[in-house]
Amino acid sequence: MWTWFHKFASPPHAYRLLGNLAPWFGWPALALILLAAWWGLVKAPADYQQGDAFRILYVHAPSAWMSMFIYVAMAVAAGVGLIWRIKLAHAAAAASAPIGASFTFLALATGSIWGKPMWGTWWVWDARLTSELILLFLYLGYMALRSSFDDPQRADRASAVLAIVGVINVPIIHYSVEWWTTLHQPASVTKLDKPSIAIEMLIPLFIMIVGFQLYYGWAVSRRLRGEILRRERNATWLKEGI
Amino acid sequence: MQRTAISSAAGLVFRRDLTLAWRRWDEVAQPLIFYVVVTTLFPLATTPDLSQLREISGGVVWVAALLASLLALESLFRSDVEDGTMEQWVLSGQPLGWLLLAKVASHWVLTGLPLVIMSPVVGTALGLPFSAWGTLVLSLLLGTATLSVLGGIGAALTVGVRRGSVLLSLLVLPLAMPLLIFGSRAVGMVMDGDSPAGPLQLLAAIFFLTLSLGPLAMSAAIRISVES
Repeated sequence: MWTWFHKFASPPHAYRLLGNLAPWFGWPALALILLAAWWGLVKAPADYQQGDAFRILYVHAPSAWMSMFIYVAMAVAAGVGLIWRIKLAHAAAAASAPIGASFTFLALATGSIWGKPMWGTWWVWDARLTSELILLFLYLGYMALRSSFDDPQRADRASAVLAIVGVINVPIIHYSVEWWTTLHQPASVTKLDKPSIAIEMLIPLFIMIVGFQLYYGWAVSRRLRGEILRRERNATWLKEGI
Repeated sequence: MQRTAISSAAGLVFRRDLTLAWRRWDEVAQPLIFYVVVTTLFPLATTPDLSQLREISGGVVWVAALLASLLALESLFRSDVEDGTMEQWVLSGQPLGWLLLAKVASHWVLTGLPLVIMSPVVGTALGLPFSAWGTLVLSLLLGTATLSVLGGIGAALTVGVRRGSVLLSLLVLPLAMPLLIFGSRAVGMVMDGDSPAGPLQLLAAIFFLTLSLGPLAMSAAIRISVES
């Protein structure tokens, strides 16, 4: 197992493998996202209460899910990099952060657009929106710390510690924000709580989540290849191979 | 070679930092002055009406205390890393987490504790009733202590970085938001006549979690900063 691991973690092999993998993520992602978009926007029935406005859910919920998934994936990659000193894992964490931050921003933007017809305002200090906002701050802090070091190895290891500290804090932040809103607000703003979502609305949502996951796989392979090129720019295998 | 016990090594670090700070006490006073100045901004910016200020007094005191302790944290490890003391600590064979925790503890005594002692005065100026004093002090005791450890992790990560203070705030403030929520909520609850036990216990839980895991993260961060 360890020889396989080290072989995979060697930059030339990883570079080639990621190049081969990317289309296997990219095309299914495109197909599934298009299918889910058609299913969710056209075929699924309109909500009896929110009408067609609920359809933004098909972008909002998967982005929110991805924003948390990528943070955890990033922290796991950072932990692997820190413990076994695998540079490729650090590079994967570095490649994931901007994608995760983009999904977080997308979740916030769609949540705010959804809030306008539902709540009458662009922004409500709702628990989910607020903890998503704090997650965006965590991503931005991680990227700011990474970019403030000149030495890439130090940037890798310092930001890895931050990612691990952050991932321990994410559940604390999530629950504290949830309790904060339940303590402050009357329960009248819970219009968005889906009592029980109909199955024909749920299927496109699941397809969209799988599509987003595959998109992440595609995007991270592409970015990781770029990251490897940047880090290995002086290596001999690059000069010989390409 | 005789090895010093962990407790006496940590005690020495603690006493050394207190002595150093005592000789430069004007630097220690700065965060406290900043704290009072920031709380003065809120009545100027909103309203001088005490009955309206009372509504936000707990939150204002908490935000000002967070910002003031962050201001003080930036220089926590800097001089020790620059003059090589930290390198000697890393090499000393003592558990680095304990030494750093002693350093953070002395830092808290010098910056966190004065803020806590000052807070009833500042709170009263904002219309905070006498009945909320105890809760405010207790919540700030737990909150500033937790923040010192969290900020210690941030300071250890950013110790060699240009413009470290802005970066430090960017890293630590999101992590400190649960403290702010529970701390100001505890004060708010006692002013509404409820028992603040729930938020205070949550603050205590976060404090002990941070106290147990924080030194590990701090020493890992310091090793990264010193070794490379």
